Amino acid sequence: MSAPVQHCITTKDVCLWYAKFQALINVTVNIKQGKITSLIGPSGCGKTTLLRCFNRINERYDYVTTRGEIKILGKNIYDEDVSLIELRKKVGMVFQRPNPLPISVYENIVFGLRIHHERSATKQSVLDEAVEKALTEVRLWDDLKDRLDTKATTLQLEQQQKLCIARLLPLKPDIILMDEPCSALDVEGTRAIEELMFELKGRYSIVIVTHNMAQARRASDECIFMLMGELVEHTRTEDLFLTPKNPKTAEYIEGRYG
Amino acid sequence: MARLAAPLDSLLVMPEQVTNKSKRKFNFFDSIEKPTEWFIRLCGWSSIIGIAAIFLFIFKEAAPMLPRLDWVTFFTSPRWIPNPAPGNPASFGALALLVGTFTTTFIALIIAVPVGLGAAVYISEFAKGKVKETLKVVIELLAAIPSIVWGFIGLMVLGPLIKTVFTAAPGSWWGQVMVTLHLASAETGAAQGTNLLTGGVILALMAVPVIVSLSEDALRAVPDSFREAALALGANPWETVRRVLFPAARNGLLAACMLGMGRAVGETMAVLLATGHNNRIPAALTDPVRTMTATIAAEMGETVFGDPHYRVLFILGIVLFAITCSINVASDLIIKGVKKANKA
Repeated sequence: MSAPVQHCITTKDVCLWYAKFQALINVTVNIKQGKITSLIGPSGCGKTTLLRCFNRINERYDYVTTRGEIKILGKNIYDEDVSLIELRKKVGMVFQRPNPLPISVYENIVFGLRIHHERSATKQSVLDEAVEKALTEVRLWDDLKDRLDTKATTLQLEQQQKLCIARLLPLKPDIILMDEPCSALDVEGTRAIEELMFELKGRYSIVIVTHNMAQARRASDECIFMLMGELVEHTRTEDLFLTPKNPKTAEYIEGRYG
Repeated sequence: MARLAAPLDSLLVMPEQVTNKSKRKFNFFDSIEKPTEWFIRLCGWSSIIGIAAIFLFIFKEAAPMLPRLDWVTFFTSPRWIPNPAPGNPASFGALALLVGTFTTTFIALIIAVPVGLGAAVYISEFAKGKVKETLKVVIELLAAIPSIVWGFIGLMVLGPLIKTVFTAAPGSWWGQVMVTLHLASAETGAAQGTNLLTGGVILALMAVPVIVSLSEDALRAVPDSFREAALALGANPWETVRRVLFPAARNGLLAACMLGMGRAVGETMAVLLATGHNNRIPAALTDPVRTMTATIAAEMGETVFGDPHYRVLFILGIVLFAITCSINVASDLIIKGVKKANKA
């Protein structure tokens, strides 16, 4: 037998309310390390909400109440002593619409380093190296190496989204959360991001929310199907699409609703 | 046109509507469309017409004096003697008035810009629920206080307070400090409560609401996705404000400060009451000063229509107009410059 399976995220009975509306109902899930896990389900099923629990960014709205346990790399992130800043360093997030900051490409990538390190530790040479490494990793270096001073919001959408992934990398995250990262992109852009996900997989655990079932099918190792705030099925992607256990899952992937 | 549209219409509308339409001869809304368009166009142009008219009027009143005025004296001498007396010839030196306007504005901005931006950041990013709503309403209220009331406050409340603070016994350490740091001209402190500092503080209080509400608008216009991006990278709220919101809202914040400055330069009534209205170049923070606006307001009533004094007051008006115009143009250029730099 191989080594026991490592889980990067484990949750137990996670419930979440937006004011009075319960958006997550007793979600218990174990997400495997180094894999791409996709969250699928019809609109409003709570997949984005669940994703946004993993870096606690839901909490910026004060009407959100979360209960339950979410362990990331073995540590409950809702413990008192957890530093949000450290958590978000470990757990990066890519959003639905590319949201590079309205500063230069260079500054976007070193943003994380600047806010997490003392000024003395962020020497120019260190920053330059980090920028080159991150951009190379997302295959933007050749396109952008002469345009590092360009304002990031003026790039093409695909480049913007790649940049949004690149700016996570200097912080050496363990997990990258992606909230429908391709929904604003065209076919080419989608393919580029998916290829990038395959390259990043292994070194990083990726959790991706997607509306696009075909994307979940071709781009993920594991698949989680959610419905009305509850987790319905979680298994290997091929199994979920070929032999779904739950009739609701079967109906959804057949396109009967959603 | 009608012929072209007809086949399309018949495709789009139901048969009974076609008959209705052929009956319909006069439509009220169709008939007022053109006049409405012209009316709106006029509204749009009215500001330009207004500005041109104002400029023409001021210029016409000042024109006969323009070639006769000693411009060097006007800009370099503090001797403002509009009513000549024996042994005291007339002199139109507006230097002290210019200095008065600029120093009070400067002090106002030193106070109002940090306070205004700070308040805007607090209201837009940190305050929640009731606190936020209350603060917004109160700030709007602050903007609605008439300038003469601000003048009262300067004269009756702030002035005496500043006089108390900036008073010392001769030879005391505070007196020494005040003289050394140019806080007061004499070791005994401020001669009167109404002075440069009082005027500046009152102007700051008047400019703060302008700066706060415009800056708050500018900050609120920053897309939420920028905040989420920064937070998700582990930035704390302050870093988000400093590194993301300020750069993103820079143009709006700059415009807010410029408008605050415009308000301070153009303010008349409050500074008339609060600055001491004393025509001299201040040597210290608590020396009384006099501004261009206050001079026009105070002296216009006692001039004879058409005499040099009357016309020089209009020239002061032109100078003021030029100053506020250049502030606006400068802020426009800065904003455009910033935009270009961002695109490059």
